[in-house]
Amino acid sequence: MDALMLSRIQFAVTCMFHFIFVPLTLGISVMIAWMETRYVMTGDEMWLRMTKFWGKLFLINFALGVVTGITMEFQFGMNWAEYSRYVGDIFGAPLAIEATVAFFLESVFIGLWIFGWNKVSKRVHAISIWLVAIATNLSGLVILLANGWMQHPVGFVLRNNRAEMVDFLAVLTNPYGLIKFGHQLLSGYTVAAFFVMGISAWHLLRKNEIDLFKRSFRQAAIFGLVAAILVALLGDMHSVEVARTQPAKFAAMESIWETKKGVGMNLLLLPDVTAECNLVEKFCVPNMISMLAFHDPNAEIKGLKDIPKDERPPVLPVFASFRTMVGLGTFFILASLLAVFLSFKGNIESQRLFLKLLVFSIPLPYIANQLGWVVAEVGRQPWIVYGVLKTSDAVSRNVSGIQVAVSLAGFTLLYTTLGIIDIYLLFKYARKGPETDISELIHLQGRA
Amino acid sequence: MELSIFQITWFILWGFLWGVYFMLDGFVLGLGFMSRFLAKNDTEKRVLINTVGPVWDGNEVWLVTAGGATFAAFPTTYALMFSNLYTALLLLLFALIVRGVSFEFRGKIDGAPWRAGWDTAITISSFLPALLFGVAFGNIFEGIPMRNDFTTATFAYEGGLLSLLNPYGLLTGVLFVMLFAVHGSLYAAIKTTGELSDRAAAMASRLWLPLLVVAVAFLAYTYPATKLYDNYLNSAALLAIPLIAVGSLLMLKVSASTGRLHRAFTFSCLTIAFVCFTGVAGLFPNLIPSSIDAGSNLTIYNSSSSLYTLRIMTVVALIFVPIVIAYKIWVYRIFRSRITNEDVLGDSEAY
Repeated sequence: MDALMLSRIQFAVTCMFHFIFVPLTLGISVMIAWMETRYVMTGDEMWLRMTKFWGKLFLINFALGVVTGITMEFQFGMNWAEYSRYVGDIFGAPLAIEATVAFFLESVFIGLWIFGWNKVSKRVHAISIWLVAIATNLSGLVILLANGWMQHPVGFVLRNNRAEMVDFLAVLTNPYGLIKFGHQLLSGYTVAAFFVMGISAWHLLRKNEIDLFKRSFRQAAIFGLVAAILVALLGDMHSVEVARTQPAKFAAMESIWETKKGVGMNLLLLPDVTAECNLVEKFCVPNMISMLAFHDPNAEIKGLKDIPKDERPPVLPVFASFRTMVGLGTFFILASLLAVFLSFKGNIESQRLFLKLLVFSIPLPYIANQLGWVVAEVGRQPWIVYGVLKTSDAVSRNVSGIQVAVSLAGFTLLYTTLGIIDIYLLFKYARKGPETDISELIHLQGRA
Repeated sequence: MELSIFQITWFILWGFLWGVYFMLDGFVLGLGFMSRFLAKNDTEKRVLINTVGPVWDGNEVWLVTAGGATFAAFPTTYALMFSNLYTALLLLLFALIVRGVSFEFRGKIDGAPWRAGWDTAITISSFLPALLFGVAFGNIFEGIPMRNDFTTATFAYEGGLLSLLNPYGLLTGVLFVMLFAVHGSLYAAIKTTGELSDRAAAMASRLWLPLLVVAVAFLAYTYPATKLYDNYLNSAALLAIPLIAVGSLLMLKVSASTGRLHRAFTFSCLTIAFVCFTGVAGLFPNLIPSSIDAGSNLTIYNSSSSLYTLRIMTVVALIFVPIVIAYKIWVYRIFRSRITNEDVLGDSEAY
């Protein structure tokens, strides 16, 4: 395999691994900030115990998210030097802004939050976790604007052998990036909601700390329901944007081969890539895709056959990932709706079957997040910057295949080891449950 | 004309970011690989790790910012620096990843083998970046074997895997290790109490002379190995920078031997920052020179972003860097007290 293919695999491996930790951070930081705020407002110690318990899991998860994030920044230069040189005038800015505006805030105040229980007042302590939550969400915004630019480049001209920025505001207000950010942020919230619901369910099944976990569960259920519904709404807006700006990706997502007006959605569909058609097309909802894509039942959708072969993305992974993601998204809405309902009925701890289902549902939003990125990134191929630069022209020319093979092997080994340890620790602390005695902590806080 | 003002501004900012990074992460790295020699038992090790607990992540962000600033302001340099130095940066990356999780994971499970394992990880993953940063910057100072054509945007690296490990690169690596060892020991001395603090202070004093020898060797070898002194010969005012570096190194010893450890640590900060600034000022207007062809040098003129981008980034930096510095100082002040054994034993959040 050559450096190009290996670099692509390495980027996928390191990015997807990094993205196991990011979505939970996005959502759970907000939930913990809410818990601690409730503690400061009410003085109810159960909120503090919740803050501490979920905070511990947050931190174990956070550590790997941070360190694997550095890889992403280094890798643009290491493996994608041509890309970095060609679009650095635009793409470098958000990365630098992310570090200056978001990472400093996040890293400094997470330090204050972890070690500052007896150093600052309760109020300042709660504010510091809000700052962490704001910073992580802000870094998401900046990085999705950067990715949004790769998907739908705006505000630039080609000159001096590269792309140069001429309109920063256009990059910042790129609807593609903004909608995608909303979609991603709420997907992260969904991950966090199902994480908290799932672990709460595990403890409720064992009758541990019923009051505390019922309260956690209810908070997560409401958070999850709102997030899951908004994910779907923003997902719909996002697919409109994709249909408008990236017809090849859209056609691959829906496996549409022929250009037609008033395209219907087949609930059962099996693409045959070599024959350039669909083997199975069953249960058609008429005009549905035209409706979703352009909000017009008769709108024309471009088929893959009308896109040059070398500008089509791989159809099967994009199609399958998209379908699975949408299916999972539907499940999240239904499950969180039921969770809210049962939670308000008051006897969630006796719904054993549903609680078991939620324990096993913890990985599902993670999978949906990863699949969403497969749609986004594989669907953009063969372009690295849509319509501007091909992935094959973006790779470092001064790095050999052997170097990348070695680094890929290194990353795989290191990440697998760290991933196993991290998940082991998450399990360990999730099962252990909250600390029962927090009098020492409250005493310390009193001294601050 | 206007463009060159911004290019120079960003060159200064670039040097500033690296200097601050080395100054701040320098003591975390130094303390990391010195803790093996400074701590006599597990509690003392935990005390040491907890002295950097609240700040190590924030300090590392200066590296991310320095990298991001290189990307945003000098994308061609960013691209070629990171790809030409691929293997060195890979090792650096692995080490930084391991170091970060080691702090976090070490205390999460009770058990001697678990902790011993992470202790070894902390030693190696702190030592390696110190050495590698030095080797990388030594090579940047002397130039790396690249042949670049900026009009056609074709770039070639003619070095091999091991070409970074040349004598000058290695000497700079040793210099960084020694600087960080003293820096980390001094930090340990001012952040702990009793015997541990005394031991760390004694270690810093003992390492000072070897550091001085390496520093003198570095300054001497820099003359034949690099072109860094050209700028100093052309404008004598610049000599203030290396003079502050050397002066601080001497004052460090004077302060340490009279027991004024906070002052010694301050001078250690200045030494590291100004060693970095000395190298960077000598490079100007190059960011990375080529060792084989002067026309291939990566300069602030041939590798910068457009005026438009530099302007925006300048506004961002002018607004946010002072804010960052302000809240960082505030948080450092909150954590200004020394860490004691009781602190780590009584706190469930401690590392």
